[in-house]
Amino acid sequence: MNPMANPLINSGAAPVATPFFFYLLAGLSIVGALLMITRRNAVHSALALILTLLSVAGLYLMLYAPFVAGVQIIVYGGGIMVLFLFVIMLVNIERVSRERQFNRMWPVGLLASCALLALFLGALEKGKSLLPDRLMQIPEASNTQGIAALLYGDAGRMGQYTFAFEIASLLLLVAILGAVIMTKKKI
Amino acid sequence: MLNELMSYLGSTVPPGIAGNQLWALIYVLVVFAGVSATVLCMNWIERKVLAHFQIRLGPMRVGPHGLLQPFADALKLLLKEDIVPAGADVAAFWIAPVLGLVAAFTVYCVIPFGPSQAVTDMNIGILFMLGVSSLGALAIVTAGWASNSHYPLMGALRSSAQIVSYEVAMGMAVVSAVLMTSLNTKGIGTLSMIGIVEAQREQGVWFLFKFFPLGVLAFAVFAIAMVAETNRAPFDLPEAESELTAGFHTEYSGLRWSFFMLAEYAAMIAVSSIAVTLWLGGWMRPFPNLLSGNFWDFVFSLFPALTFGGLAAMAFLGTTRMPPHPYFRIQKIGIGVFAVLLGLLALLLLAIAIGGRGDDVNIAGRLREGVDYVYWFLLKVAIFMYLFIWYRATWPRYRFDQLMAVGWKVMLPISLGVLILTAIVGVVVS
Repeated sequence: MNPMANPLINSGAAPVATPFFFYLLAGLSIVGALLMITRRNAVHSALALILTLLSVAGLYLMLYAPFVAGVQIIVYGGGIMVLFLFVIMLVNIERVSRERQFNRMWPVGLLASCALLALFLGALEKGKSLLPDRLMQIPEASNTQGIAALLYGDAGRMGQYTFAFEIASLLLLVAILGAVIMTKKKI
Repeated sequence: MLNELMSYLGSTVPPGIAGNQLWALIYVLVVFAGVSATVLCMNWIERKVLAHFQIRLGPMRVGPHGLLQPFADALKLLLKEDIVPAGADVAAFWIAPVLGLVAAFTVYCVIPFGPSQAVTDMNIGILFMLGVSSLGALAIVTAGWASNSHYPLMGALRSSAQIVSYEVAMGMAVVSAVLMTSLNTKGIGTLSMIGIVEAQREQGVWFLFKFFPLGVLAFAVFAIAMVAETNRAPFDLPEAESELTAGFHTEYSGLRWSFFMLAEYAAMIAVSSIAVTLWLGGWMRPFPNLLSGNFWDFVFSLFPALTFGGLAAMAFLGTTRMPPHPYFRIQKIGIGVFAVLLGLLALLLLAIAIGGRGDDVNIAGRLREGVDYVYWFLLKVAIFMYLFIWYRATWPRYRFDQLMAVGWKVMLPISLGVLILTAIVGVVVS
């Protein structure tokens, strides 16, 4: 029996994508983000950031994009945050947390975030006429395969984003090589 | 209520897929209880097996042959004073063990003990397992930092470096197995754990033996990386007791320390389950295609009863080998009762095997099938768990630079090469 061919997979009432879970996850991600910028202790900030990243992964799941959610957990939750914590732990937290904020950039930050808020509100207002009023029910399996088809092509054809995807990975490779060359005197 | 309870029994998909929340909850509780009980047993088995490897007796005092030792240990851990070091970061110190436990147990919801004996099946099953189990590294790092002590911090740093490096080789090995699932008529692979086992059944070969020796090589890389991922010997540098006292959990005591132990063993079972699912045919019994038919089904369904019957016989033998001194009478009775319990279990399994023989699809038949699936899956996992202990008794610990050299300069090139060759061979074959 191939589970993908099973009609029960997507016919079961989709119980996860309820408003309750949306508000829960959205609330958690906002609380995590606020904690991240208000904590003086960098490790606490990093832990709050993990909360935000995991809630965003949950939101991806609610959008029937399990692959994106899985990649979010692996790359951000598992990989990047471990490296963040790794670096933060080598810093002397006690001294850093006693230090006063030494730059005066908060007006710029406030301006930028107000502009972003205005952008979001504008998109919401404009989007009422452009976007469908309800969520499309996409089967999970076809979503993952759809990403693969866009990135790698389908049935012998090149995908829509194959070139961009490969260029992006090449860029990352160049960055990695650059980091190695800059830190190593002798290779 | 009863209707809903009964309606699922005829289903051939996991309760999470069928949308049956009640049965999903039952499965979650069964898996949680089962894993916790297995960790208790593993505690005793590890101490006993290690002792016999080193020509010692191991625990002998609490119960016959130390059989009640894990319960004594659990009681001690529950009652022990829970100390938070003076300079510790209390919030992070609290969160770390819980985070580790949650990360270790969450992955169990996609482990397929049988085609319908899983909590749920996800389209991204194996990706989900790798992702959530990698969150365990965060718990170790947080614990090491929150203790505000040198040895835990060193242990946490070693652990994060080790897990991040071996995850790369592990991921490549997993991808080469996932590539093999796409060699069907439709040419569509799958990341679903159940789908991977079904693909092995359709192709008539365990992925261990597929494209020999590519499958074996990928499996070997995974089998080494999974020991490093779970911080077990010979890669147990994060808790190397001769260098770092106990590594990242030096400052932990009582219940929170036991959370770390529970998480470590649960993670060991979880990675062994990944290896079994991806390369060893998951829940399938040996030779499901070659030796098919009702007769062979019946023969292989006798194995669970035989296993427990054998264990019961060994326990009975144990009663006869007890010294004839009155001091040992209670021990003799205890091990006799243990043997009777094992024997009753064997009789129950025998009754299930005989009652459910033939291919009629009734409750008895489905029960027999379910027992078979779970038995073969757990047997394969048990072999890995024994190997974990065997490694620990056999190999000395790696030095840290050796560990990094092996991870990046040996394992990663091998797994990359295997991945590329698997892709090439796959394209040529299809």
